[in-house]
Amino acid sequence: MKGMTIIVKTVGSWVKVLIFLFGIYIVLFGHLTPGGGFAGGVILACSYVLLLLAFGREFTEKNLSLGTASKIDCAGALLFIAIALAGFLYGSASFFYNFIQQQFLAGKDTALKLVSAGIIPLENIAIGLKVGASLFLVVLLLSVFRPEVSNNNKESKL
Amino acid sequence: MWIFYVMLLFMIIACLIAVQTDNLLSSIICVGAVGAIGSLMFLFLYAPDIAITQIVVEVLALVVMVRVTISRDVTFISGDRELFGTVASIVIILIIFLGGIEVFRALPDFGVPVFSQFSNTASQTYISRGLQETGAANLVSSIILDFRGYDTLGEATVLFASVIGATVILRKETGKSMEVSR
Repeated sequence: MKGMTIIVKTVGSWVKVLIFLFGIYIVLFGHLTPGGGFAGGVILACSYVLLLLAFGREFTEKNLSLGTASKIDCAGALLFIAIALAGFLYGSASFFYNFIQQQFLAGKDTALKLVSAGIIPLENIAIGLKVGASLFLVVLLLSVFRPEVSNNNKESKL
Repeated sequence: MWIFYVMLLFMIIACLIAVQTDNLLSSIICVGAVGAIGSLMFLFLYAPDIAITQIVVEVLALVVMVRVTISRDVTFISGDRELFGTVASIVIILIIFLGGIEVFRALPDFGVPVFSQFSNTASQTYISRGLQETGAANLVSSIILDFRGYDTLGEATVLFASVIGATVILRKETGKSMEVSR
């Protein structure tokens, strides 16, 4: 399970950083430009899937193991729920109360700035972590738990 | 408007090839072409958020499907078609087609925002008060994470369920002897 050829490895080692950076940008600027947590999270997962395809399974599991990925997954989900519940501390009667915008940023003109929109960027980050880790886990699980079929095609093995 | 009809024609052709071809890999690539054209259509309908999500998910799904199919022996299901089954399916398709014509006559024109005719609908409220209530310049983001936060919560739950399903279906051992973190 050595992964692909040296050309794919060299190009992949450069491109994966750019894809990861683009995913972070899409997540962080989700409340200003098109994109958001879901799309950015899928791009983050794509960079690790590229790593998985180019370098093989063992290398990827050294970088981001199954346990770590599932911890990131759960952390994203819990962060999302925690932000949604935090509105109750600030006198809200409903779930998903945008308390930062209503209590601390009310009246200030923060439109089109990076630090604006209250809880929306935080929820974007939570959803990005959750979606990225989940999709990476699905792809990794598909390659970890392989049925033991006789396999003649050696090049396509992970 | 004509560009949508061209794209729809390409999508239908790609779907037909995907259904009819014998090679599984070319079938999957045709499914990917359908997704790419769908993403382009979202872009022409001024929905860049959906277009980005569509193209990215399509790329990931295509990679996974190619990866899964490329080294598997696939069993082809073939058989003679019965006369009754063919006639029944043709009749059902004809009934749905005739009903669909009536439905499409009643619909408004493609791409016309119906709810902008009324002033008190939810979409008009989001557009007029979204920026000052949430502070997000991207209205789509303010809707999916603030006004409609429950939808995103359900989406996250679906993903969680998909991971659990993949783990349960694809495991090798059963019960307590299973090792998850290898």
